[in-house]
Amino acid sequence: MRIKNIEEGFFKVMMWAATLIVFAFVISIIWVIVDKGWGAMSWDMITKLPGGGFYIGKEGGFLNAIVGSLYIVGASTILGLMISIPVVFYLNVYLTKGSKIAYVARLAYDVLFGIPSIVYGAFVFTIMIYFGLRTSLLGGIIVVTLLIIPIFIRSMDEVARQFPRDILDSAYSLGATRFETIKVVVRQIAPGIATATLLSIGRAIGDAAGVMFTAGYTDSIPTSLSQPAATLPLAVFFQMSSPIKEVQDRAYAAALVLTIIVLVLSIIGRFLTNKFSKNKV
Amino acid sequence: MVKNFFSSITLSSELRTGQYEENLFGRKVKLFRPDYKFVRNNAESELDVQNLNVYIKDNHILKDINVSIPDKKITCIIGPSGCGKSTLFKTFNRLIDSIDGVKLEGKVLINGDDIISSAGEITSLRRKMGLISQKPTPLPMSIYDNIAYGCRIHGIRNKRKLNMIVKHYLQAAGLWEEVKDRLHTPAIRLSIGQQQRLCLARSLAVEPQFILADEATSALDPISSKTIEELFVKLKKDYSIIMVTHTLRQALRIADYVVFMYMGEIIEAGAADEVFKNPKHDLTREYLSGAFS
Amino acid sequence: MQSYRILKDKFAGGVMLFLTLTSLLLVIAMGIGLYMKSTPILADYPLKDLLFSSSWKPLKGEVGFFPFIMGTVWVTGFAVILALPIALLTAIYLTEYAKPVVRKYVFPALDILAALPAVIYGVWGTLLIVPWISDYLAPKFVDFSTGYTVLAGGIVLGVMILPLLVSLFVEIFTSVPQDLRDASMALGSTKWQASKFVVIRRTIPGIIAAVVLAVSRALGETIAVLMVCGNLPQVPGSLLDACYPIPALIANNYGEMLSFPLFEAALMFAALLLFVVVFLFILISRIVLYRIEKTFM
Repeated sequence: MRIKNIEEGFFKVMMWAATLIVFAFVISIIWVIVDKGWGAMSWDMITKLPGGGFYIGKEGGFLNAIVGSLYIVGASTILGLMISIPVVFYLNVYLTKGSKIAYVARLAYDVLFGIPSIVYGAFVFTIMIYFGLRTSLLGGIIVVTLLIIPIFIRSMDEVARQFPRDILDSAYSLGATRFETIKVVVRQIAPGIATATLLSIGRAIGDAAGVMFTAGYTDSIPTSLSQPAATLPLAVFFQMSSPIKEVQDRAYAAALVLTIIVLVLSIIGRFLTNKFSKNKV
Repeated sequence: MVKNFFSSITLSSELRTGQYEENLFGRKVKLFRPDYKFVRNNAESELDVQNLNVYIKDNHILKDINVSIPDKKITCIIGPSGCGKSTLFKTFNRLIDSIDGVKLEGKVLINGDDIISSAGEITSLRRKMGLISQKPTPLPMSIYDNIAYGCRIHGIRNKRKLNMIVKHYLQAAGLWEEVKDRLHTPAIRLSIGQQQRLCLARSLAVEPQFILADEATSALDPISSKTIEELFVKLKKDYSIIMVTHTLRQALRIADYVVFMYMGEIIEAGAADEVFKNPKHDLTREYLSGAFS
Repeated sequence: MQSYRILKDKFAGGVMLFLTLTSLLLVIAMGIGLYMKSTPILADYPLKDLLFSSSWKPLKGEVGFFPFIMGTVWVTGFAVILALPIALLTAIYLTEYAKPVVRKYVFPALDILAALPAVIYGVWGTLLIVPWISDYLAPKFVDFSTGYTVLAGGIVLGVMILPLLVSLFVEIFTSVPQDLRDASMALGSTKWQASKFVVIRRTIPGIIAAVVLAVSRALGETIAVLMVCGNLPQVPGSLLDACYPIPALIANNYGEMLSFPLFEAALMFAALLLFVVVFLFILISRIVLYRIEKTFM
């Protein structure tokens, strides 16, 4: 009798401790990034390209990386949406619940979701070599698109599976073909699409291993798809490895920018989820 | 725009010939549809079910159904829950196709065409069978777009025509006065009763021949369900209405024809007076006296 | 009009089916592509040597992946050992004990952990964990350590997989019907006993599947681990040794690989290895998780 109560108490304390540890990690990561990054932050950092002698501590900023990341993320998000909305629609409207194709496709997307970005990078890199492409904005966009499509599909599919069957039936009973219900379905899962987009942007902007192979790195802003592009995570990574303090500081500033972007996306995402889950039909 | 609604119709040359009906002001005007897209079929609409058997996986859901639905009448299908009423409905508009492992046997003839064997043209079949479901199902768009959706998918895109159609059918469902100032607000903001009338207007806008109402009033408050019932009574002049109902009183109030189903079979079917006053089958008698439900 | 619409429906269906099946094609293409690229090395060396030889001198033609495989195993293993108890306890706390107020704060915190990019974890590890190991922890056990060790990699990776593990566990635990807990409590068990005997015992396959999934995530993590684990091609003997996991090997050397065909093949073989292991792990765990979803729903 007493032992089980002691056990209960012990594990309760352990559980509190575990939950507190989770919090501690979050706070310590954010504190480290803000503490280091804030000191190194300046207006020049986010508005200027790297100047001459940037990498030995002379002036300049990492606008190239910010713009490069935006290009890659923007293009791959649009491409990702264009591919994943039809897939989710097909899985949920054209195919029935017990469909074998749907099962296999979902499994394949789950597998793709788990494949490490470095493997995507290596794979796309071999394809680029095969077609004679060098590291370029295009390569970065392709690899990030492949990387985020499974995220898009998984999170939209989760919402689409809750889609009320009645609404679909009433569209059918007006004489709609399956394809013509796309307007209804997209409007109904719009909040899900929004959340999935935010999630994917967060993942896309933070990816380093994939773009390292395919997009390369450069000090200028790319003006065409065939030029290499810098990205924020790589700006952090490369500048961290410099022995010069000023350059390292820029890595911290870039890390702060990246963290702020990702946190804002995550907060908006949570806000949207809460808002729409309350008002759902 | 709205004011010259009726005059504009008589002006159009293509409308000089054809059928006329009385408009709301008692004048004879051409049928309101400006587009001739779906000419209302004033000829008899027949729905004949012959030896229909439905299996889902290994379950025999509907057993040897034989029934004729009378034209331009309200037919109530009654029976305890799980007796196959909804399955029968889903067979009528072939929504049953989306269920896994369905097997259909027999014939369902609509105006002489068998809808079981000829799988083609399923969209035009469904257009003929307006569906009002248990819970209102407004599409996730504005009130206006809810009505216009069906017309748009059938190729009516002219804005003026759509405006007329929306107004006409909202009037037909008795909703126009309530929503005319907020046509472009989301339909989900309407009350449940209004939503159901919106769904009715939406179905009417593609000019069906039949209205299938699957317990259409069970989710509504008494006043809203009374409004719907009154609408049905008005509408039966133009449409054949088939409704599933759980409330016997509703059937008593508005049914012209009654079909009693039990365990996937039709036990008794006939004119409402006959069946209610003078049931031939013991099961019907027991059900009507409330022995089981 | 009617037939045009039906045609459109069919055509769109075909296109979408193709897009849907592309996922499958992509998985297959990836496997085949990486395999073809690594054939030069597979043709010249027996698989046993590649996997179990410890000498890594690609310029001299010696390509033993054993140090990298062991590096990956050590870092991933330690990360899971670290994260598993924390994740389990947190998940039980969240599903069985916590009030809604607590959940309101813990879930966003987990969201943040999940959202942070790997490179941020790398920065955090470099600035906090590595100095902590070299200044405080390592001197107690060894004479000298740079701090760039298996331990640092494991801690960083462990924190990274925490949110994934917790969210999977929470999902699995909430799928256990409340009646079962009530039944156990009605027999006089404490809340912890109910969690232990009913919730955990019933969901063991799910827990294992979740761990396998987290392991597959950890195996492929590149940048964060690369930044803190030292990158020396040696078989680590303790937590305070440096190590060199497979993803770090690929990321560090892709620049030079084009100059030397054998080297390219070696790196592609590393990617293939990663792909195959991760593929199998995910496939197994997902199938188990689907089953669970089906039985409880």
